Amino acid sequence: MVTVEAVERATEVEPRPRRRPGIRQTRGYRVFQVVNAIILTLVVVVTLYPFVNIVARSMSHEAYIIAGQVNLVPRGFTLDTYQLVMSDPLFWTNYRNTVFYTVTATLISIVMTTCYAYVLSKKHLKGRSALVGIAVFTMFFSGGLIPNYVLVTSLGLKNSVWAIALPNAINVFNLLVMKAFFESLPVELEEAAAVDGLNTYGILLRIVLPLSKAIVATMVLFYAVAFWNSWFAAFLYMDRQELWPVTIYLRNLIAGATGAENIGAIAEADEVQAEATLKSVTIVLTTLPILLVYPFVQRYFVRGIMLGAVKG
Amino acid sequence: MSSPTVLASPAPATGPATPPPAAPRAARRTWRRALRRDWQLYSLAILPLLFFLIFRYLPMIGNVIAFRRFQPGGSIFGEYWVGLRYFKMFLTDPTFWNVFTNTLVLGGLTLLFCFPLPIVLALLLNEVRARRLKRFVQSVSYLPHFLSIVIVAAIVMQLLSMDGTVNQFVRAVGGEETAFLQRPEWFRTIYVSSEVWQTVGWGTILYLAALTTIDDDLYEAARIDGANRWRQTWHVTLPGIRPTMVTLLILNIGTFMAVGFEKILLLYNPLTYPTADVISTYLFRVGFTSSNFSYAAAIGLFEAVIGLVLVLSANLIARRTVGTSLW
Repeated sequence: MVTVEAVERATEVEPRPRRRPGIRQTRGYRVFQVVNAIILTLVVVVTLYPFVNIVARSMSHEAYIIAGQVNLVPRGFTLDTYQLVMSDPLFWTNYRNTVFYTVTATLISIVMTTCYAYVLSKKHLKGRSALVGIAVFTMFFSGGLIPNYVLVTSLGLKNSVWAIALPNAINVFNLLVMKAFFESLPVELEEAAAVDGLNTYGILLRIVLPLSKAIVATMVLFYAVAFWNSWFAAFLYMDRQELWPVTIYLRNLIAGATGAENIGAIAEADEVQAEATLKSVTIVLTTLPILLVYPFVQRYFVRGIMLGAVKG
Repeated sequence: MSSPTVLASPAPATGPATPPPAAPRAARRTWRRALRRDWQLYSLAILPLLFFLIFRYLPMIGNVIAFRRFQPGGSIFGEYWVGLRYFKMFLTDPTFWNVFTNTLVLGGLTLLFCFPLPIVLALLLNEVRARRLKRFVQSVSYLPHFLSIVIVAAIVMQLLSMDGTVNQFVRAVGGEETAFLQRPEWFRTIYVSSEVWQTVGWGTILYLAALTTIDDDLYEAARIDGANRWRQTWHVTLPGIRPTMVTLLILNIGTFMAVGFEKILLLYNPLTYPTADVISTYLFRVGFTSSNFSYAAAIGLFEAVIGLVLVLSANLIARRTVGTSLW
């Protein structure tokens, strides 16, 4: 199985070059290398094309879009629809909600997950396997949509951030990743701290957490992305548009539920132009934050998921 | 497939979990001792445990409304017993069997493509000698994983719209433009290919990690035995990543019944129900459009139980045949 060393090796910035003893560069293998390069280039192109296409559409003039002539570059460059969307107060309200929900829910999640993972990492603890089992079982069996909805509604959580944050406070995958990390910390440090008179809370706060900055950062990222991207909880539990996250704003746009009339300024703007580019513009504006931070945080995600793969 | 999966082996047993039944008093005493020593640790578990009990286990119990008459605004556990009425109802409901088939087909197709393709991509990436190129391809291929399903659905709709790229291509090769998202015969293709687009890159990560653990001496030995690159891949590389493959296969089977609920909900419409409607979307409409909560809960319970049975049997089969399992 995958080991910690493998994770280190696979996530190193400059991994040490792997020695493949005596590879004969046969003709067949050289042909394969060329074919491989072509396939991988295609993978890159296919992955990136949709993004480029959406950006091109969002900045094109409606005539070219309707004629089906927009592919890789904007044609009849215009930013009118960007102005239109960005002047819609609801769009910004929903964006603010997304930020607020993400921050609140991530905070709750990280505290809960850290506490429980720390408890589960203590091998001597009586009843530990039961505590682990309680969490793991929920990965494979869940109450389902309807009982959850009934519960959240009857707890009176509707139309509040709690409906988004509380039902998803702990992700068991993240919990197990953190548990594995805490288990890998040297026991001697905590024992020494205990001898020095620190209690459990003190050890967790002053000894363990400072050593766990990397994993906590990874967990924050995991949770933040999940909450940033989520839409279904808000779709179920938020009745008023001023409470929606921006994902619901986009969802309603593509589902045609409210459509363009949602935007107050549309009467003054060119309606055909808006109709043709509104969705692309909104997609770009909602994807942008993720694209901007992605290059900087990507490595932590990879590290996190691989740490979770370390068995035992 | 949307949520990250786990490979850690859960719950290694720590000593005897249950004390000998003959000595209940001794058991109480050890518990008291454990509590006195570790009460601060236990106190940290209180809030998380409350979370699991309220938001995970209570809804499981809440499934009793599948056997009871439920009234909105009434008790969350329903009003009175109706036995298996709702289960009989869906077993005789022709729509249910249609969505059941669709679930199996979509789940099967997803498994068929989204399970092996990451392995292929990982093997290809593993053969790349240029470090920078490899890292670049990896970084790009992970990207779609981080997008909201709403954004993915919106992108799919744009690409498939009448003036979108796909129809431009169809026109260019002399075909007739099609409203792909209105056509039931296209839904499965659209669903599976967008799923591949979003998950294949991220799926390679664990395989790439596993590939780095294979001992170079094995390749050397195979080469001395006269194995070419292809035979080395077949006899050394693939067996080397087999545990990872089996684990991920079991986890994929575990999510089989819940196939892309959110994405289907965003992409389907009444015209494509014949192929797009799955158990989870059907129960969503039964529950929230027709407000028949008990019936919907019965369908959901049925789905969850099948999912649990699938993952348990996959795990059992894997342990018996290849010796790898989740627990």
